[in-house]
Amino acid sequence: MLTDWLHALLEPLANLIGLSPTLLDLLLEAAGETLLMVGGAALIAVVVGLPLALLLLATSPEGLAPNRAVNRPLGLVVNAVRSTPFIILMVAIVPFTRLVAGTSIGTGAATVPLAIAATAFIARLFETALREVDRGVVEAARAMGATRLQILRKVVVPEALPGLVAAVTVTLVSLVGYSAMAGAVGGGGLGDLGIRFGYQRFMPEVMATVVVVLILFVQALQSLGDWLTRRLSHR
Amino acid sequence: MTSSPAEAGAAIRLAGLRRRFATGTVALDDVSLAVAPGEIFGIVGRSGAGKSTLIRTVNLLERPDSGTVEVLGQDMLALDDAGLRAARRGIGMVFQHFNLLSSRTVAANIAFPLEVAGLPRAERERRVAELLPLVGLAEKRDNYPAQLSGGQKQRVGIARALASRPRVLLCDEATSALDPETTADILRLIRDLRDRLDLTVLLITHEMAVVKAICDRVAVMEAGRVIEQGRVFDVFTRPQAATTRAFVAEVIGHAVPPGTVARLPEPGPGEARRLLQVLFAGPSSTRSVVSEASRRFDLDLNIVSGRIDEIGGEPFGIMALAAYGPAERIEAATGWMRGLGLDVTPLSPEAMATVQEAA
Ligand SMILES: Nc1ncnc2c1ncn2[C@@H]1O[C@H](COP(=O)(O)OP(=O)(O)OP(=O)(O)O)[C@@H](O)[C@H]1O
Ligand SMILES: [Mg+2]
Repeated sequence: MLTDWLHALLEPLANLIGLSPTLLDLLLEAAGETLLMVGGAALIAVVVGLPLALLLLATSPEGLAPNRAVNRPLGLVVNAVRSTPFIILMVAIVPFTRLVAGTSIGTGAATVPLAIAATAFIARLFETALREVDRGVVEAARAMGATRLQILRKVVVPEALPGLVAAVTVTLVSLVGYSAMAGAVGGGGLGDLGIRFGYQRFMPEVMATVVVVLILFVQALQSLGDWLTRRLSHR
Repeated sequence: MTSSPAEAGAAIRLAGLRRRFATGTVALDDVSLAVAPGEIFGIVGRSGAGKSTLIRTVNLLERPDSGTVEVLGQDMLALDDAGLRAARRGIGMVFQHFNLLSSRTVAANIAFPLEVAGLPRAERERRVAELLPLVGLAEKRDNYPAQLSGGQKQRVGIARALASRPRVLLCDEATSALDPETTADILRLIRDLRDRLDLTVLLITHEMAVVKAICDRVAVMEAGRVIEQGRVFDVFTRPQAATTRAFVAEVIGHAVPPGTVARLPEPGPGEARRLLQVLFAGPSSTRSVVSEASRRFDLDLNIVSGRIDEIGGEPFGIMALAAYGPAERIEAATGWMRGLGLDVTPLSPEAMATVQEAA
């Protein structure tokens, strides 16, 4: 229904640049797949990445509950994921993807490696943002008799919120790029459409449209993220 | 050094505190002191003397390597985690850099300790409504800290520290980030709150003027040790340690204009010239002492400068005298004045000039 409406809305524009209605449909479908992959992966990344970042922070030597036995291995895994090129990561975890998604092909399957890469990526960004929180404020909370959990929930996270939102923005933007690669495992999406039609079938207008849509997409994400970061910051 | 009127029933009692950091710095070296209930007790010392480390041991933000920490009769070091958190709620703390949550409004910052303590929202709001006017911030309740001046931020810090009705207030350089006028404001507020809420205040500063303004007793710290402590009036009028003298000079060191010293007449033949600093405490009149000494010892005593000041309502006077006459008679006069309870210190003209520069 939404696609129909969008189709009707965009048809005159498509005609103008010589895009056939069929291609427009393909484009809309691809955009939907990109949104799904990026949105799904980002959601998982935030939900898993934030506790991970808090754990990394709290167990670090100067944290609230220093613990090398937890901090070191966790840090190593996160770094390993982050330093593996995405295309390799995607192939390397195919068995895991199959386990989770039931298949290794398609949009859902492509979301799995994207989510894993994004989680490791955002965990470090989150950790940095959380570390920026003024030590004095944490100390004040300790002096007032707050528990460690209260300090994390009521002080560290709210104080870091603008930074956390900025980290989500950066992650979303990077995910848009990674999602193009996910086309390689049949995940679909805008990047995949650009390659298949624009490059392999030599239809430059499709390639150009895909690139423009991606640019607009990233711009919109960035502007929204910046606006939200400003709104949340009371510094 | 440890005996003081506060020993019995002290609100805060620290004994034999030692703290050595991993870096090898000995921040506390056998520190003992006792703060009586209702007292404003100051701790002064230069940067790095260990003042912050000391005040942080009171609520165990810093654990001492050895020694005892007792607050309101409770042995802090014997408490478990939950007990310590409960005890901390009974000890307010105010910080140099305010340490407010930038993401919360004034009202929400003040409510924070109550939220941590698990008070229901309605009670929190009632308490915040009581506290805002107490610190003069009623119309700022919905502002964020970034929208406040330094003095206003510290008022929020004080209101927050008092939210859970503590009996003890710790202030670590609470006015050091503020200008002199705002400092005076905040100090008045702290003193006023002490009187109204029956608080015991332990206050750290590197400014003797702060001690002079509101403290009842003071301890001077140097290199992790308390080198002197006593009633503020006594410490100011009779400083013992060199560091204390230097601190006291900052506030009551009277400046003799260098020109005045240079213009003093040279001593005549067979005559000596001595510059003396005379300090008297209490209600005796210096002027009459000076004229009496002049007559009694047949000396020419000129008052070069002088002023009367008071600490905690107790007056004291300080002046510089230029004495002309035979050296032994000047000595005798000095002894006689000391016998009357005056504090007489010989000054060299250079020392006077130095005092002048330091002031
Ligand atoms: N966490 C720490 N680790 C190592 N050394 C420390 C630590 N905290 C303080 N010190 C050292 O202990 C000494 C006392 O520090 P402290 O902060 O108590 O001084 P202070 O009197 O409060 O100084 P200031 O007036 O500058 O605030 C200093 O030499 C300082 O460098
Ligand atoms: Mg300090």
